[in-house]
Amino acid sequence: MNEVMRVATAAPKPRLNDNRRERLGLLLLGLLLITVPLWVPLVGGYADLASRVLIYALAAMGLNLLLGFTGGLSFGHAAYFGLGAYGTGLMLANYTGNTLLALLAGTALGGLAALVLGPIAVRRRGIYFSMITIAIGQMFYFIAVRWNGVTGGEDGLSGFSRQPIFGWPLTSTHFYYLVLGFFALGALVLWTVLNSPLGHTFVAIRENQKRLVFLGIRVERYVALSFAISGLICALAGSLNALLDNFASPDDLKYTLSGNFLIIVVLGGMRNFWGPLVGATIFVLVQNYVSAVTQNWMTVLGLVFVISVLFFPLGVMGFFKRRQRH
Amino acid sequence: MLLDIIFNAFNGLIAGSFYALMAIGLSLILGLNGVINFAHGGFMALAAYLAFTLVPYVGFWGALVIAPLLTGGVGYIVEQLVVKRLYLRDPLYSLLATFGLALIIQDMLRTIWGAQGLPLAIPDFLNQPLSSTYFFVTGYRLFVMVLAVVSTAGLFAALRFTRLGVRIRAGNKDLETISAVGVNILLLRSANFMLGIVFAGLAGVLAAGQLGLTPTMGDQLIMPSFVAIVVGGVGSLLGSLLGGLIIGVASGITTAFYPAGSEVVIYLIMGVMLIARPRGLLGQEGLFE
Amino acid sequence: MSLLCLRNVSRRFGALTALSGISLSVEPGELRAVIGPNGAGKTTLFNLISGFFPPSEGDILFEDRPITAVNPAALVKRGIIRTFQITEIFLDLTVYENLRVAAETAMGLNLRPWISAAQKRAVHDRVEELMSIVKIGGKQDRIAGELSHGDQRVVEVGIALSRQPKLLLLDEPTAGMGDEETHHMTELIRALNKVQNITILFIEHDMNIVFGVADRITVLDNGSLLAEGNAAQIAANPQVQAAYLGAAA
Repeated sequence: MNEVMRVATAAPKPRLNDNRRERLGLLLLGLLLITVPLWVPLVGGYADLASRVLIYALAAMGLNLLLGFTGGLSFGHAAYFGLGAYGTGLMLANYTGNTLLALLAGTALGGLAALVLGPIAVRRRGIYFSMITIAIGQMFYFIAVRWNGVTGGEDGLSGFSRQPIFGWPLTSTHFYYLVLGFFALGALVLWTVLNSPLGHTFVAIRENQKRLVFLGIRVERYVALSFAISGLICALAGSLNALLDNFASPDDLKYTLSGNFLIIVVLGGMRNFWGPLVGATIFVLVQNYVSAVTQNWMTVLGLVFVISVLFFPLGVMGFFKRRQRH
Repeated sequence: MLLDIIFNAFNGLIAGSFYALMAIGLSLILGLNGVINFAHGGFMALAAYLAFTLVPYVGFWGALVIAPLLTGGVGYIVEQLVVKRLYLRDPLYSLLATFGLALIIQDMLRTIWGAQGLPLAIPDFLNQPLSSTYFFVTGYRLFVMVLAVVSTAGLFAALRFTRLGVRIRAGNKDLETISAVGVNILLLRSANFMLGIVFAGLAGVLAAGQLGLTPTMGDQLIMPSFVAIVVGGVGSLLGSLLGGLIIGVASGITTAFYPAGSEVVIYLIMGVMLIARPRGLLGQEGLFE
Repeated sequence: MSLLCLRNVSRRFGALTALSGISLSVEPGELRAVIGPNGAGKTTLFNLISGFFPPSEGDILFEDRPITAVNPAALVKRGIIRTFQITEIFLDLTVYENLRVAAETAMGLNLRPWISAAQKRAVHDRVEELMSIVKIGGKQDRIAGELSHGDQRVVEVGIALSRQPKLLLLDEPTAGMGDEETHHMTELIRALNKVQNITILFIEHDMNIVFGVADRITVLDNGSLLAEGNAAQIAANPQVQAAYLGAAA
């Protein structure tokens, strides 16, 4: 008993400093993000660009729950992003003028798909799991391309635009705040999950499945759950994306977008909560500014992939913090 | 109607031959190098464009031989610079690196040769249909199929009977052991990678003769090629051949009845296979499960 | 009632017979060592008891109920927990985090995306308790993968303890350890058995530990049960000497 007391009182000190630093960093980040419309034009940017960063960051954070924290390599997560986009677009184009309702519909559609398809994908492990995720992504891509009447086919789905919410018009700046709000919501959900027993279980799965099986855990169920939550967050991001562009296209479902999300996660740092935000910032900036400067932005992007994998496998955040524990 | 089905099935068989050739190269690289080569389509396209440039000088046949070999050389350089460093790591990294390489290759092709489609001249005598009813059966198409089968058989024989082949097969099972016996693993991996790329190159030149060249032609073939490996069975060359042909024909026949589903059916087949029999038709049990 | 009872158990892998005609029983509160030359079938025995695969013949009873056709996860719930020859822990997490996962699993909290402050406190207390039992409290913030081999095995025992095992299977707990770590582990095993009253079955090669700690010893050789008894009986048994100790001497 004495020993327990001694250990209990000895632990807290290093924790307090860590916590304070985290809170400060979070506050700074929050401040930075809230004031974006003020400072972003000064560095040559604009509100829509910032919205794109947050949208990609949200999608990547969703993917990271499965990839970085549970250890499941999904190469088809754009499927849920795209379903969110199409769900929102179709809702606004055909059924309602309520932006929030459309957002809900898109998120629900993508989330539902992830919930239903997850258990199928997790029946196999490793590379077969990855291939199933590719198959799912490709299927939705070709359905979107071929189902001309509903989705507009290769030309994409237009004919909708984001409507004012309760009379509040969604200009670029206003829309940015909407995106920021949902980004914060998504981040909060992910943070809560990761710091809960459920999240601890996810990470343990990444570390050692066998040990968990011999502790009585049905691992597939948890991977499927991680898959579902991850898909839901991606769908939310996709829905916001459709509202940003007032457009949805098969490219929102393509494996190339899945690859982009993956590189964003890796670039930012796979086992770091905020890594995807860093990765998305870099990615969107490169994509935006490089394509303005040269025809060969695809080569630049490809080089980003290759160089970050070869020299920065731990990502930017991994580079700065030796490892982040979650 | 029957003719329609035969027509589409035959087209599917040709497409399947391309899938098969790609799948074989992919399977080789996946087996020994342990790398998911997303740049495979890029190399395929590169060979096609090299062939296009070479044809005026060495004719179709010369290009058919030289372009894949040249591409294999490029493959060697790529392997040394990039792929080699990723062998022992999580497959995620080689997947992303080769994905990036695919982007680079595609962009370079577009920059050098332009974005518009180009034709590849094939010898006239091959372009003749063999009968008037079955007008779609041209000499060239038969040639493609035959070459696919022959090269697979040739590879199979090479793996059985040549020293390099035996080492590749042994290396697929256990690299550590053969290294202990004195085989140079680095060289073996490079040779194997090149071999896989040469097959991609072959697919590229043949496909160009049939479909013409565009910078994105690799894109169209890479995914079905992965499906071919999965359906046929990871680790089996015959499986890759069969897998490619099967999904090609399935896609073709679907075109006859329900064109909108011609691509989706490929992924449905893969999905069903992964759930019902994950090792594929001829794959070895327990791999990657 | 015996805690664990094997009746004429055999296990074959194709043409290879790993175990044949094994009958033994373990009483509650016992500290039983399983020894035997390499290839005797000890790990196969553990695999059978922990539900890795079923026996080819014979019955295994735990608390008088059969476990012959049950899967590992279910057996864990019945109270059979094991450690492995190659340490299985969560290498990239800290010691604290390793035990936290174990505690949360034991408390059935895995599916919760949110728990109350009181529950968090309970988890924390349980982790502290586990750390003090296995005596690894000072290293709680160290990454498990960076610990010494011996410490990693101690963490693994801690993880196993989290589920309050009725039967604890330790597969070569002191393998690869130096003197001090071996001593720590041996004392830990003794304490778990005598103080916490956990029935322990352990595979061991080090005879000093076996004779110093075990209540009873089961000797396997070539898949069969060679002898069973307390330390004195086993040491004096000529067959055991011939098959095992004799070879070592």
